[in-house]
Amino acid sequence: MMDGSKGFDDALTGEQKIRNFNINFGPQHPAAHGVLRLVLELDGEIVERCDPHIGLLHRGTEKLMESRTYLQNLPYFDRLDYVAPMNQEHAWCLAIEKLTGVEVPRRASLIRVLYCEIGRVLNHILNITTQAMDVGAMTPLAWGFEEREKLMCFYERASGARLHAAYFRPGGVHQDLPDALIDDIEQWAHEFPAIIDDIGGLLTENRIFKQRNVDIGIVTEQDILDYGFSGVMVRGSGMAWDLRRAQPYECYDEFEFEIPIGKNGDCYDRYLCRMEEMRQSVSIIKQAVGKLREATGDVLARGKLTPPSRSDMKTSMESLIHHFKLYTEGFHVPAGEVYCPVEAPKGEFGVYLVADGSNKPYRSKIRAPGFLHLQAMDHMSKGHQLADVAAIIGTMDVVFGEIDR
Amino acid sequence: MSDSLKELGGYIEAKRPDCVLAWDVTRGELNVDVAPANIEGLVEFLKSDQTCKFSTLVDITAVDYTGRAKRFDVVYHFLSMYQNHRIRLRVSVREEQMVSSICEIHPSANWFEREVFDMFGILFTGHPDLRRILTDYGFRGYPLRKDFPTTGYTEVRYDEVEKRVVYEPVSLVQEYRQFDFMSPWEGAEYILPGDEKDGTEKGTK
Repeated sequence: MMDGSKGFDDALTGEQKIRNFNINFGPQHPAAHGVLRLVLELDGEIVERCDPHIGLLHRGTEKLMESRTYLQNLPYFDRLDYVAPMNQEHAWCLAIEKLTGVEVPRRASLIRVLYCEIGRVLNHILNITTQAMDVGAMTPLAWGFEEREKLMCFYERASGARLHAAYFRPGGVHQDLPDALIDDIEQWAHEFPAIIDDIGGLLTENRIFKQRNVDIGIVTEQDILDYGFSGVMVRGSGMAWDLRRAQPYECYDEFEFEIPIGKNGDCYDRYLCRMEEMRQSVSIIKQAVGKLREATGDVLARGKLTPPSRSDMKTSMESLIHHFKLYTEGFHVPAGEVYCPVEAPKGEFGVYLVADGSNKPYRSKIRAPGFLHLQAMDHMSKGHQLADVAAIIGTMDVVFGEIDR
Repeated sequence: MSDSLKELGGYIEAKRPDCVLAWDVTRGELNVDVAPANIEGLVEFLKSDQTCKFSTLVDITAVDYTGRAKRFDVVYHFLSMYQNHRIRLRVSVREEQMVSSICEIHPSANWFEREVFDMFGILFTGHPDLRRILTDYGFRGYPLRKDFPTTGYTEVRYDEVEKRVVYEPVSLVQEYRQFDFMSPWEGAEYILPGDEKDGTEKGTK
């Protein structure tokens, strides 16, 4: 032992007596998935204590939202979990719709489901492949990002932006999808399972991957309750909890999909869950495409919340005034408070909105799943080796946009 | 859905009449107003009771209602994955009043309470480690209070001469833009030019 505890006490200074070693993991570490700073106390290679320091990406979103209109606040949600932007927008739109009592047209509802599932695939591809990179595999990242690229093209073709879409709007979605885009999404949905198989072929039975992930970061049912886990962190441990099924929102109740669950609750099971969830998402995408071909119609609930159609604006003075007022003053939301959760790819993403009847939210609290997952870092990494910390951060699926807000 | 929530609200009130000040079901969500002294007991009850089984803490946050004697509402959201229902607890507290921490019952409350402390300055008694969480090391003030300016008080930049990041008071090149969208026909808080001679009070026309 280098600390001189074995028979060298004549040369023992105060410094040498300190056994545990403290290191800073991040904020510039490539496996920290963003700007996470962990203060780790190590006993040799074993983690004794882990203190995450977050807030390095804190932008004060909740404060900013209090001085902006409901519509102006929408793009902030893209910037929370920037890996799957539209899923966040969804929660905000649902909260406003719940308060105002607006009914979303069927076609818009289907488009939302379609893009939420695309978001889920976007997220899972990124998570699986970067987690694999954290434990030593390079190739899945390159293959996965090629697919992400295609999906972001679908984002762009629908909204004009590859990442910060601002596509879901209170009352529907911004613009209708062209038929060619729907065809291309379907085409992609037929090709993608082969890519999942390819990535799975590299990882699932890979010896190194299994050595690094099996029995690492085991989550029990008690941990789930104690630390408020949601999403794959719950399903990986054998609890079939999915908000899309348990508390259906939008039109998820008319889709057929299965909820994959793990058995042991370790990193490897969560990886398998994510792989299977992508397959389920592809199946939902196919169903949504089929339904979209039949459901033609408007994609916005025309009314106070949404702009008038272009042709109306050119002919009707009232429509022109309405358009102007909507994009300057914005719409007013009746006073009240709601909490709207959605099953985001990372877990339960919720918005607690307090409205005071004006055109700006009085208070909006963003409940990010990653915040709770990262909180359990101390509990989960205790007793693991330093190298496992990277695997555990990867499997928790943390993105600092949503944790720091 | 809301019928079963009403049943649940009545059940909680009957079981813990000392904790529940009022309850209602609005927009399909169960809200319970709780006395500040009893929050710990009620959370414990909600967690262990078989009918409620609110075993997952979803969120803790606060809302700043300026102008109210009890300035803050601390809001708790709970979820039961077993019974598949949600509840919202509201605790009204004065500015300097402390709230008892529920970390013992729900370990996940730890960071949420730190965040509420960081953003609103509400202290939680019995919290193991009440540090700031999201704001900068050495930050002062409570950003989400309504009297805290959105621009903040200090700004940082890298100083080429000193070769380090320096803190300076905020200096805005242009006034922070706060638009008044209230139309003069519906209770504007100012007198329109020309209306001074009218003699009537603002907004009473």
